[in-house]
Amino acid sequence: MALDNATVRARLMERFGTVVLEASEYRGDLAFRVQPDDLLPLTLFLRDSPDLQYIWLASITGVDYLGREPRFEVVYHLRSLVNQHLVVLKVGVPEEQPHVPSLVPLWPTATYQEREAWDMFGIVFDGHPDLQRILLPEDWDGHVQRKDEPLVYEEVMFSFNHDDVDAQKPYAKE
Amino acid sequence: MAVAERSVGERRAAIYQSGRDGQPDRAFPTPQQVAQAAREIVVPSPRQVIAANARRMKDASQFDQSMVLNMGPQHPSTHGVLRLVVELEGEEVVQLAPDIGFLHTGIEKNMEAKTYQKALVMTERTDYLGPMINNLVYALAVEKLLDCEIPPRAQVGRVLLSELTRMNSYLVWLGTHALDLAAMSVFLYCFRERELLLDIFELVSGARMHTSYIRPGGLAWDFPKEFKATVQHFLNIFPSRIDEYEALLTDNPIWKERTVGVGKLTAADAVALGASGANLRAAGVPYDVRKLFPYSGYENYDFRLITGTEGDTYERYLVRIAELREAVKIAQQALDNLPDGPYATSDRKIWPPPKEEITYSMESLIHHFKLWTEGFKPPKGDAYAAVESGRGELGCYVVSDGSSKPYRVHFRGPSFINLQALPHMAKGKVIGDLIAMLASLDPVLGEVDR
Repeated sequence: MALDNATVRARLMERFGTVVLEASEYRGDLAFRVQPDDLLPLTLFLRDSPDLQYIWLASITGVDYLGREPRFEVVYHLRSLVNQHLVVLKVGVPEEQPHVPSLVPLWPTATYQEREAWDMFGIVFDGHPDLQRILLPEDWDGHVQRKDEPLVYEEVMFSFNHDDVDAQKPYAKE
Repeated sequence: MAVAERSVGERRAAIYQSGRDGQPDRAFPTPQQVAQAAREIVVPSPRQVIAANARRMKDASQFDQSMVLNMGPQHPSTHGVLRLVVELEGEEVVQLAPDIGFLHTGIEKNMEAKTYQKALVMTERTDYLGPMINNLVYALAVEKLLDCEIPPRAQVGRVLLSELTRMNSYLVWLGTHALDLAAMSVFLYCFRERELLLDIFELVSGARMHTSYIRPGGLAWDFPKEFKATVQHFLNIFPSRIDEYEALLTDNPIWKERTVGVGKLTAADAVALGASGANLRAAGVPYDVRKLFPYSGYENYDFRLITGTEGDTYERYLVRIAELREAVKIAQQALDNLPDGPYATSDRKIWPPPKEEITYSMESLIHHFKLWTEGFKPPKGDAYAAVESGRGELGCYVVSDGSSKPYRVHFRGPSFINLQALPHMAKGKVIGDLIAMLASLDPVLGEVDR
């Protein structure tokens, strides 16, 4: 009893209305744009409705759309195993207030993935039991996957001329 | 003992019956069960474990002491640079937390700075035991963005190579798992067969581990002439080699002592923890991306979805061995039905024209030049593709901003997510079993840290 996009879309529109959801379909994947405040009721509904049963949280990831408003986006991929369907939720997160409710109470699997999104983008997940860095060292400054973080801070110098090397270092500008 | 032995035989028989026609379908856990599991499971961080221990020790008597022990990052049985912060009371694990990130190389960030074609080589550096499958998931995600057709020869070749990669990855799992539990010889036999697989990879791609052979649009080049015979030779001998491993382990009393009933994971817990692959199927959840969300034409192959019931370490072992046999079956079907024809898409905007065409066609020369200097430009949008890797659902989320470089690439590393199950499994068990549980979860640290 596989679900199709139109059914899921109609079901969610009927329950939550167009106010909170902007549905789109791209390459066969059904995506919903959601306000941060609506995320928990929506995911709870998706997981617990007997006809939907999106019980498997596949992935949580952040994207930095620098120069767009809101700047960040948290993308959730939920799978319904019984109905063989994938639904994508996208939550816009403004830069000044990068807060999203945590999904850890619903799925413990969100623990690491939300920590990773915090580590890489600085998105704060409210209600996470211990939101701290996971892949980078604890004392790291900044969030590396933001678009305004450079890939490398200084060019690799292929030179034995130390004056030349020093002149290219960041401290030479001080 | 006799009773236990019979039940082990029965368990093996039940696994080999699962997924067959006429067998009762295993069911997915209900949302209520998942909600219940989610309320109980905690995935602690190292800081929380240390703090909890300090709190407990503040007013504990001298007969009630627990200690925090660091395992790793340099520990042979942690399969890489994994640090486990374990709180111990005698030999019993009170709680533990994996500390990861020692192998973080910024693969996702690096990929944003390369064109789509160049970023491909980064993908196999994540899960370095399953290079072809990593290539495949990235290729599928990019192809979804491009919306391009893949010719049948490439489709079937991809399935064949995926299955060979799965065998490769399971062989390393089996070898190291047995080695951790002090069965040295299994490791040697597994690596003997793995060598044959690596030879096949070298034959098709020129590299043993970092193959970059499956590319967005098709395969890097056509299969060599000897390919069919080499793979057929391997598929002929491999089933009897699986019997050899089983003869060494399945009924081995020491192996059973170390694995039966160790590290149990219920179906609802596994789903709440997002576990996938054999770890999830051993718990009785019939979820395999190849069956439920088929890609690359997996729906055309005849294979069974293997599921267990108990979810312990022994069951994970049995499920993976049964899946090895299924992988041979799929690979044989793919090899028999490998069609002739083009090995990559004919869309010149994605795939460069053949070299000889460049000599007489101006358009071909332009396409060739454009592709290798600029790369192709998928339309704006995002796509998520998932495949069944040796470790579970490997997902790839690619965002395109319309330029020739991916705006964002994210990998849903199954090792990364499966690792969260370890604290829950090991709670209240002895530290010796912790090694068995960790090995049976089969994390690859390259993928955990990316």
